[in-house]
Amino acid sequence: MEKPLTGTMRSDGKPLTLNEYEETGGYEALRTALGSMTPKEVQEAVSAARLRGRGGAGFFTGLKWSFVPLGDKAPHPKFLVANSDEMEPGSFKDRLLMERNPHQLIEGIIISAYAIEADTAYIFLRWEYGRAGANLTAALGEAYGAGYLGRAIAGSRFGLDIRLHTSAGRYICGEETALLNALEGKRAVPRTKPPFPQSCGLWGKPTVVNNAETLSNVPHIIRKGADWYKRLSLTGDGGTKVYAVSGRVKKPGSWELPLGTTIREIIEEHAGGMREGYTARAVIPGGGSTEFVLPEHFDTPMAFDIMEKQAGSRLGTGTMIVLDDATCPVGAVHNLERFFARESCGWCTPCRDGLPWLASLLGDIEEGRGRREDLDVLEEHTWLIKMRHTYCALAPGAIEPLQSALAFFKHDFERHIEEKACPYKKKIINVEL
Amino acid sequence: MLTDDETRQIEEELRNYPERRAGCVEALKVIQQRRGWVRDEHIADLAPMLGMTVHELDGVASFYPFIFRKPVGRHLIFMCEGLSCWVMGYEAVIEALTRRLGVSWGDTTKDGRFTLLPVSCIGECDRAPALKIDGDVYGDVSPETIETILERYT
Repeated sequence: MEKPLTGTMRSDGKPLTLNEYEETGGYEALRTALGSMTPKEVQEAVSAARLRGRGGAGFFTGLKWSFVPLGDKAPHPKFLVANSDEMEPGSFKDRLLMERNPHQLIEGIIISAYAIEADTAYIFLRWEYGRAGANLTAALGEAYGAGYLGRAIAGSRFGLDIRLHTSAGRYICGEETALLNALEGKRAVPRTKPPFPQSCGLWGKPTVVNNAETLSNVPHIIRKGADWYKRLSLTGDGGTKVYAVSGRVKKPGSWELPLGTTIREIIEEHAGGMREGYTARAVIPGGGSTEFVLPEHFDTPMAFDIMEKQAGSRLGTGTMIVLDDATCPVGAVHNLERFFARESCGWCTPCRDGLPWLASLLGDIEEGRGRREDLDVLEEHTWLIKMRHTYCALAPGAIEPLQSALAFFKHDFERHIEEKACPYKKKIINVEL
Repeated sequence: MLTDDETRQIEEELRNYPERRAGCVEALKVIQQRRGWVRDEHIADLAPMLGMTVHELDGVASFYPFIFRKPVGRHLIFMCEGLSCWVMGYEAVIEALTRRLGVSWGDTTKDGRFTLLPVSCIGECDRAPALKIDGDVYGDVSPETIETILERYT
């Protein structure tokens, strides 16, 4: 099968140099787009390919771009931002792509910026990804040197600068409007929507924020066409997906596979199945803010819409964490809620005050101090904290694993309360700060 | 007082942004790289350079975990607290670290060598449990391998 995103990566893990990238067709798409396509035509190609956002939300990329005003009357400067703030628990796919194929992202950014007639692009990179930062910096230097950035790119009239901006931390920076505030030198509190960044973004100007994996797909769509891109997928939406598995499987790792590969195939064929002596209790399929999926739904394709319809969960980032049968589900949810509570930006009450309270109750339950009433409080919050009750999607996302855990692992919660101890007697305990 | 060299480097960073205040985090990082952590006097010196009030700048500095507003040691240990690391047994590593260093979260060892901080998730999930020390990433960490890793940092 074809692996456009990862197939040309070096086996020694070093990043592809400009020469190596060009040898396998790199920057051909850039010349095609800037030389013989209009920005609208690039948008149409990406829409026809049915590329959907790979950052977790799955919004149609071409549609997102179409909201940006084009032409002489449009406000300038316009911005394209690569969201490289990957921090979803369990996700490391963007890190892999940026460390080992930085030119692919750069080419994707340039073509996407052209599609919306942007003037400047930012790569918003999380602080912790030092190696990706170093590799991107080197690649940007090569790209400028080769005339792929700056003025008159590849002999066209299009010019672009890419600035690498390294964050100073916080998960909320991955929320696109909070990211914009971070870039503007403010606290990374999200913004009210509407207006959306496409009309009012960085410094009030039209801005598109796209995930790093999403942008990495763009050169391939332009080079080989929308029909080719759609044929890579097992579903109606185009392309491949970088999937990953972590937890007690034999071979944790990541693999580029057709979009729509099933959970079972990813775990059993690629991750080698569970380690000896362990069975899979459930998976969190798409990063920490997705619902648990039980083994009876492991034949669900990991794809947009299908995961919701058939498994009551989401594709999200497509990076799975396996909960094995020896690991306490209460502890797992406690770990996640501690994370989300700490990462709350503090702006709205349900998130700022609700999440720490939930984390604290879960800690009590995990360590044998829970009471029956605590379960009622947890349940209540699964419908109190949801979209439109909060300022952004962080807290509703935090509720997704909690809600499914209460539904699927009710017995485990009750045992902790009745036995006043963790029945898994696991040495793995969440260490309180 | 900021040195001439610091001022020069900050000015260089600020040139990358259409508004000076947008470079405030970069400016704070310049100070932190040279001084280890950001003191109140640095906030007071930097704010007028950026066209911000002291409280605006302090509000930004206190929001971001990698801007340190307290002293830190020569080396920073970031222990990943992500779900994958939890599943794969980070507790034994944390126990070994805190026992070996004689510190708890956020503390610095008496000799000023290490500060222990949590981070989540650093994207090393397929080699969990994982941690970072300064810019170096270590995966598949266990209590047995901790000592060898720490010895690399003086």
